[in-house]
Amino acid sequence: MASDQVTLLDLWASPFGMRVRLALAEKGVKYEYSEQDLVNKSALLLQMNPVHKKIPVLVHNGKPVCESLIIVQYIDEAWKDKAPLLPSDPYQRAQSRFWADFVDKKIYDLGRKIWTEKGEDQEAAKKGFIDSLKLLEGELGDKPYFGGETIGYVDIALVPFYTWFYAYETTGNFNIEAECPKMIAYCKRCLQKETVSKSLEDPKKVYDFVVMLRKKFGLE
Amino acid sequence: MAEVKLLGAWGSPFSRRVEMALKLKGVEYEYIEEDLADKSPLLLKCNPIHKKVPVLLHNGKTIAESLVILEYIDETWKTNPIFPEDPYDKAMARFWAKFLDDTCMPAIWKIMWSKENQREKAIEEAIQHLKTLENELKDKKFFGGETIGLVDIVANFIGFWLGAVQEASGMELVNKENFPVLCRWIDEYVNCSVVKQNLPPRDELIAFLQPRFSASSWKY
Repeated sequence: MASDQVTLLDLWASPFGMRVRLALAEKGVKYEYSEQDLVNKSALLLQMNPVHKKIPVLVHNGKPVCESLIIVQYIDEAWKDKAPLLPSDPYQRAQSRFWADFVDKKIYDLGRKIWTEKGEDQEAAKKGFIDSLKLLEGELGDKPYFGGETIGYVDIALVPFYTWFYAYETTGNFNIEAECPKMIAYCKRCLQKETVSKSLEDPKKVYDFVVMLRKKFGLE
Repeated sequence: MAEVKLLGAWGSPFSRRVEMALKLKGVEYEYIEEDLADKSPLLLKCNPIHKKVPVLLHNGKTIAESLVILEYIDETWKTNPIFPEDPYDKAMARFWAKFLDDTCMPAIWKIMWSKENQREKAIEEAIQHLKTLENELKDKKFFGGETIGLVDIVANFIGFWLGAVQEASGMELVNKENFPVLCRWIDEYVNCSVVKQNLPPRDELIAFLQPRFSASSWKY
């Protein structure tokens, strides 16, 4: 709609923010990107997300929507005339929601432990992370994308974390491709799509960001 | 004839949510009680990823994770909608459901598992989240408005289990003085017929919870 005002409060390195950027790109929605400082949170961020004070926040015609997967579902429903992100069949939708929830429960937390923990805790996180990726590989099967022939909800939930894989591998001293070649092939396939390549950040830049965070938290 | 089965556990608020939704919509189903200490082959087959209840079986297909199941139920059986129609209102309902599950409930459980010197802080955090929840309720009869909706169903833990936990542990987190609005909602809620039919027997629940609090580490 020509009169739509869409703003995204975000942080460039956030995989959650990238999910929203990707969903908006798939739908061809024009929006204003607003980079947020999470150390000195803006009055706008605190007003738009008073409960969690986090990014991403999508502001659509003045009304805020928070929590990345909730935002992605909202985008799918508010701009329903183009590129459906969820299947139309209720059972297929339930499966998509289940696997996106699985990504939320496993990938972020285990990934975070890889770059923040040491020793046994880090090893356990690495194992859990690889096991989770293998389960996702099983779910993908022979399909080009989790959404089938086109990118869908689960792809949007997962593929932004690819930008953090290099950081996980380097801090965790392991090789994800060696353990999960299918997952890496899938991620590279996604990156061939323009909507994905323009929504995801450079993994080397993300790694520099992680190094900075590790120094800040006294982990280096 | 559609075949609906539910793998559940009598004391689980997650399992009871699904029952509430099915009963609200007049869906006939077969209930199968699971022993979570000795998980059945059926449960492990139907939910190999998380091995938890509830699991809904519909025409042989399985759906796990209570929030995913609730979305599926609302999309499949259209009587008495649980979710709002409007995409923004739907996003808000999803937000508060997630807040309950990911923020409120863990904060309350944290009190139960915290060491004595951390308990004060855990209680403060839980009270803060409950206040946030209460502010969302304001002067509405239910979170869903005039009738119960998704958030009310998901808040069954606050509506009923919290009272049982308080009685079993001797700790009072919520009372009419400090949470007048929330207590008013709790009264409406437990007297609502579809809710009343889907609560475990209070005495049995308290008896089940009590041993967890009689350990010497718990003093209140």
